[in-house]
Amino acid sequence: MSTTIEKPEQELLISGSEAIAIACSMADVDVITAYPIRPYDTVMQYVSRLVADGEMDCEFIVAESEHSQFEIVKHASAVGARVFCGSSGVGWFYAFEALAVTAGLRLPVVAMVGNRALDDPGAFGTEHNDALAVRDLGWMLNWVATAQEALDTALMAWRIAEDPRVFLPCAISADGSFLTHSQVLTNVPDKSLVDKFLPRYDRGDKVLHPDNPITVAPQVNEDWLMEIRRQTDDGMRRAKGVVEEVHEEFRDIFGRGTPSPFFEEYMTDDAEVVFVGMGTLALPVRVAVRQMREQGIKVGFVRIKWFRPFATEEIKACLSRFKAIGVVDRDYSFGSPDFGGVLYNDIRAALYDSEKKPLVISFIAGLGGREVRGQNVVEMKDVMYEALATGKIDRDKQWIGVRR
Amino acid sequence: MTQMVDLPQVRGVKNIPIEEMFTSGHRTCQGCESALTMRLMVKAAGDRTIVTGSTGCMYVANTTYYTSPWVVPWMHTQLGSSGAAATGTAAGLKALMRKGKVKDEPINVISFCGDGGGIDMGLSGISASLTHPEYNHLVLLYDNESYANTDIQVSGSSPWGANSTFSPPGKVHRIMNTRWKKNMVGMLAAGHPDCRYLATSCGSYGLDMTNKLRRALTIGGPTFIHSIDPCPKGWDYDPKFSHELGMLAVETGLWVLYEIVDGELFLNGPSKAIAKGMKQRRPVEEYLSRQGRFAHFTEEDTKFVQSKVDDMWERWWGPGVIPINVKED
Repeated sequence: MSTTIEKPEQELLISGSEAIAIACSMADVDVITAYPIRPYDTVMQYVSRLVADGEMDCEFIVAESEHSQFEIVKHASAVGARVFCGSSGVGWFYAFEALAVTAGLRLPVVAMVGNRALDDPGAFGTEHNDALAVRDLGWMLNWVATAQEALDTALMAWRIAEDPRVFLPCAISADGSFLTHSQVLTNVPDKSLVDKFLPRYDRGDKVLHPDNPITVAPQVNEDWLMEIRRQTDDGMRRAKGVVEEVHEEFRDIFGRGTPSPFFEEYMTDDAEVVFVGMGTLALPVRVAVRQMREQGIKVGFVRIKWFRPFATEEIKACLSRFKAIGVVDRDYSFGSPDFGGVLYNDIRAALYDSEKKPLVISFIAGLGGREVRGQNVVEMKDVMYEALATGKIDRDKQWIGVRR
Repeated sequence: MTQMVDLPQVRGVKNIPIEEMFTSGHRTCQGCESALTMRLMVKAAGDRTIVTGSTGCMYVANTTYYTSPWVVPWMHTQLGSSGAAATGTAAGLKALMRKGKVKDEPINVISFCGDGGGIDMGLSGISASLTHPEYNHLVLLYDNESYANTDIQVSGSSPWGANSTFSPPGKVHRIMNTRWKKNMVGMLAAGHPDCRYLATSCGSYGLDMTNKLRRALTIGGPTFIHSIDPCPKGWDYDPKFSHELGMLAVETGLWVLYEIVDGELFLNGPSKAIAKGMKQRRPVEEYLSRQGRFAHFTEEDTKFVQSKVDDMWERWWGPGVIPINVKED
C-alpha cells in the first residue's frame, strides 16, 4: 500500500525514553503521573521538560508512590482522560494492586515499563520479570527494540487500548539502559499525521460524570464475577484483531513497520535453527546470526513483539517451519516446566498441537542487564545442533553466560 | 475547574436539602452511623458530584450489583487509594475542561475511606493529595474505629484497650491493643500548611456536619474531614444508641469537634462550650461502660483513659488538636 506522508519527518538523535515522551506530547495525553525509579524514569524527566517548556499541555503529577501513581491515572482514565504512566522493577510491583484493578476495570491506561531486575539483591539492569508479572491480568504487553519502535508502538498503544472493542491497559516494555538510555536516530512524525491516526479517547456510556451517574465496580461476588472475567477475555481476544488493524493503518499513514505486528523475522527463509526472544536482545543475536550465516550455518531469529495478546496461530505457523527453536528468555520462572523461562513455556505450549513440532529449547540469558555476546549466541547454536543430532536436550546448558 | 459548585451554608436543620443522593439498596447494619455519614455527605454536596470510595464497609455494604444506592456517579477505589482517587478524578476533569474536551463546569469530587483505609494504609496517598492546591476535592474519612467489614479487627484508629478479633482480652493479656488512637486531623493540619480546610465531625450533629461538608467543598483546593461513626457491630451496643454514643464521645471530650479554616482553629458545638467553661466534660466512664468492646476494662483502665483525655484537654496545644505542650521560657 502506498504511503500518504504529507510532510517530511524530523530525524532526531533520541533515546527510547525520549521517544515515548515525544509520543505523549503528540498524543495530547491529559494526565501523566511520575515516581522516580531507574531506568524508566528518564521518560518522566523528558515529559517534565516538555511540560515546563510549554510544549505539552497535561496534568503532570509527581505521586508519592507507584501505587498512587497508577491509581491516579486509573481514576483520571475513568473520567475520560487520556493517560500515561510507567515504572520499573520493584516499583512496578509496588503498584501491583493498582495494575490488577486497572485491567479489571477495563481502563485504557498506557504505561512504559523500563525493564529492570527485581532487586534484592540490588540491580539496575534489564530483566523481563517485572512486566511479565501482569501477563495473566488483562494487560496487553509488548516489547520494543528501538527508539523508533518505542515511539511508533506508543502511538499505537493508545489507539488499541482506547478502542471500545478492547478497553484494556497496555504496557510498552523497553529494556533498561539498552533502550531507555541509548540514543539512536529516530524519525519523529509530523503532528498532523498523528492527529489523523489517533482519535480522541471516548469512554462513551462508561464515563464517570454527573451527567452519566453510573456505579463503577460494585460488589458482584459469585453472582457476576465470572461473566465479567469472560468479558475481559473477550476484550483480549478482540484486541488481537485490533492490533492487526491498527498496525496496518499505521504502516499506511506513516510508511514504516514490520510486515507482521506480532513478530519480526530475521534471516529465517531457509533457516534450520532459530532463536526466539524479545526486546533489545535482537541486536547481539542478529549480529551473531549474520556472522554464522557467512559461515553457511542456517540460523535465524524471530523477535516476538506482542506477548499479550499472544498471536498463537501466527507464531505457530512461523515457528513450525524450523527444526529447532531456542527461546532466549531474559527472565526466569523458577520451578516451571523444564525450569524454562516465561516466553519458552508459552512458545512451547503454542507449538504443542502443530503438525510439525520443532525441538524447543530453553535458554536463560542476559539477566540483570548482563550483556549477551556473540559467543553466547554461538554457544546456544551448538546446544541446538547437538540436540538435533542426538535427539536429546542437554538441560545443563540452559543458563548462558553464567559463572559456575 | 475554575469555580466551585454553589453550596451555601445551611441555616437551621429544616433547610437541609430534601433530595436524597444515597437511597435504598444498601445493606448496612441497623444503626450504622457511617451510612448516615454517607447520606449527609452527598445530601450536602448535591447531584453535581463524583464520589469514589475505598474498600471497606461503605463499599461492600453499599454497592451490591444492581442495587446501588448511589444517585451520583460512584466508583470504587482500592483500600489505600482514597487520596489518589481524589487527585486522579480531579486532575482528569481539570485537564479535560481546560482543553475543552468536556464542558467546563463546577463538579464536586469526594473520595471517602474508612479508618483502616485512611488512617493505616492510605495515609501517604491522602497526605500527597493534600499537597496539590490546584485540585479541588474532599477526602472524607468515616471512622468506625476498626476494620469493621472484615470481622472487627483493630486499626490504627481503634481506641486503647478495645476488644476486637485481633485484640481479644485474654487470660494473660487483658489489654491487647496497647496503641493510642492516631490523631489524624491534627497530623494532617500540621503537615499540610497549604490545605485550607480540615475538620472533625460526628453524624449526631447533622447540621454541623452538613455545613462542614459544604465549607470543604467550596473553599477551594484539597480538603479533609474526619467523622467519628459509632458502629453497633464493632462497638457492641444496641443499635438504637448510635446517636447517643456519638454525642457521648463528644461530651466526654474523647472526640473534639473542630475545624481549621485557612490555618485558624475553631471549636464547634459542645466542644466549644466545654473549652469556654460553659459545659463540663462528662466522665469517660459514661461512654466506655455503654459498649461491649470495653466490658473487660478494670477501674484502672478507665482511669487511664480518663487521664489521657484530661491530657488532651489540659496539656495539648488546642484541645485534642496537637499533642504538644507549648512550654513558656
